[in-house]
Amino acid sequence: MSVLLDAAVQAGPAVRSVPALVDFPFAEGYVTSVIAVSLYVSVAAVALSTLFGVPVAIAMGFADFLGKRFVKSVINTGMGFPSVVVGLLVLFAVSNRGPLGPLDLVFTREAMIVSQFVLATPPVTAISLAAITGVDDAVGDAARALGGTRVDTALVVIKEARYGIATAVLAGFGRAISEVGSVLIVGGNIVGSDGVSKTRTLTTAIQLEARQGRYGTAMALGAVLVTLVLLVNAVVVRLGDTGAVNR
Amino acid sequence: MPIQRRDLLATLGAGAAAGLAGCVGLGGGREERPGVVGETLTLTTTTSTYDTGLLGEIHPDFEAMYGVTVDAVARGTGAALESARNGDSDVVMVHARGLEDEFMRDGYGVNRRDLMFNDFVIVGPAGDPAGIEGTDSATAALNAVADAEAPFVSRGDNSGTHAEELTLWEAAGTDPDGDWYRETGSGMGEALNIADQQGAYTLSDRGTFISQRSEVDLAVLVQGPIEGGPETLANPYGIMAVDPGVHENVDYDLAMAYIGWITSPETQEAISNYRVDGEQLFFPEAVSEDPDFQQYVPRGWSGNSTGE
Repeated sequence: MSVLLDAAVQAGPAVRSVPALVDFPFAEGYVTSVIAVSLYVSVAAVALSTLFGVPVAIAMGFADFLGKRFVKSVINTGMGFPSVVVGLLVLFAVSNRGPLGPLDLVFTREAMIVSQFVLATPPVTAISLAAITGVDDAVGDAARALGGTRVDTALVVIKEARYGIATAVLAGFGRAISEVGSVLIVGGNIVGSDGVSKTRTLTTAIQLEARQGRYGTAMALGAVLVTLVLLVNAVVVRLGDTGAVNR
Repeated sequence: MPIQRRDLLATLGAGAAAGLAGCVGLGGGREERPGVVGETLTLTTTTSTYDTGLLGEIHPDFEAMYGVTVDAVARGTGAALESARNGDSDVVMVHARGLEDEFMRDGYGVNRRDLMFNDFVIVGPAGDPAGIEGTDSATAALNAVADAEAPFVSRGDNSGTHAEELTLWEAAGTDPDGDWYRETGSGMGEALNIADQQGAYTLSDRGTFISQRSEVDLAVLVQGPIEGGPETLANPYGIMAVDPGVHENVDYDLAMAYIGWITSPETQEAISNYRVDGEQLFFPEAVSEDPDFQQYVPRGWSGNSTGE
């Protein structure tokens, strides 16, 4: 619990003092709904990225095949893919004129999840792969020497690499929740007239405030975003520690 | 959405048939809700209608009246029209007649109405280095800025305001070029901030300037027609439905309901009653005793021509 508390204590004063300086000009429920949309979209996207990227990293870590180097460099390139470009590509795909048009995804949270999935998958995969290949060969050898099957060996290696994989997931999450380009394009930054966010995330809310020159409010929302990322990181690290103790 | 709507219509049809069969029409009114209930209307519009808070103020009335949700997506006029071209919105509210006309000529928009207007103002630092204050011609003022090579911030984002600015430069016969002319590619609010920080001139719609006036150290130097300035600075807003003949999935019925509602005397009055800082931002234009056929068609269109 200490990590989590530390994080909360560190972040607490920043969050409390900033809004006190610039008072939030929002209706009740606005900021919470924006946070909820941010978390929903990014967590869903990173969950999908993890389900896809980690198995790919494991497969690549334990198998050798023709063109592996090329696949690796493609994934690494993907880490630097500009989010605006991803947003445009996803927009073309989900637009009513695009191949996924009939699904009517444009300006929805689902479209935002798609674009964040595209953005988060390369870091999740690449960092997981690095973590798995980084495990000392001796670990695998020992598992094999003790009579382990290939699956046993793989499990031991993955267990050794779990911190690296957790880092990969966090990196993917960080990329997803902090990007503004693609969610703005495919989501449309929509808030209902009841003041509840439909597709507005913290990043697009910050962009909107900045656009109107309300830099103070934008900064306060930025502090909320940083706190949120800090809390999520603390929780994941904490879960990792608990897991280690239980084993 | 189209599938959903078909289902709704089918349900409604079945309900109506059942009602007729049972001949209970009057008593069963409770069940007969409008067929659009629960639908979502996607409106792409400009940052000026959204950021001034106008839409947030008037939309609850429409949503309550029809039991629907309005998703307002605020973009520059160019981007708003592009979304509509792709069939991603049902109705579009913008302020650049030239771009609107192009949109209609290309067959994407139908049932255009004049909606409301305000005006553009040329704002700049109170010191007014180019000496344009009180100039009664927008083009003369711009030329003065260009001659003085005083910093000028351009939106540079294909928005309605940017389109107006380019039209004015063209009318002034000046090709703005040089260090003093800064294209920012940003929204109006940001452009005002940049102009404020750089002590630059810029063209702004009055609404956004009023709603941001307290945050920036800029003054109106050339007034628009609302305060007696030149007519060239008028800023009319139009509204169009996306042509269901081009994009069959658009919610045309609801788009037309929205256009009907927003051009109705009640909503027009609500628009004229909307105040920021005690100032009226938008002036209704849809309700008139006199016929104005030009609002329905691209400018210069005549019934005898073939449309070109």
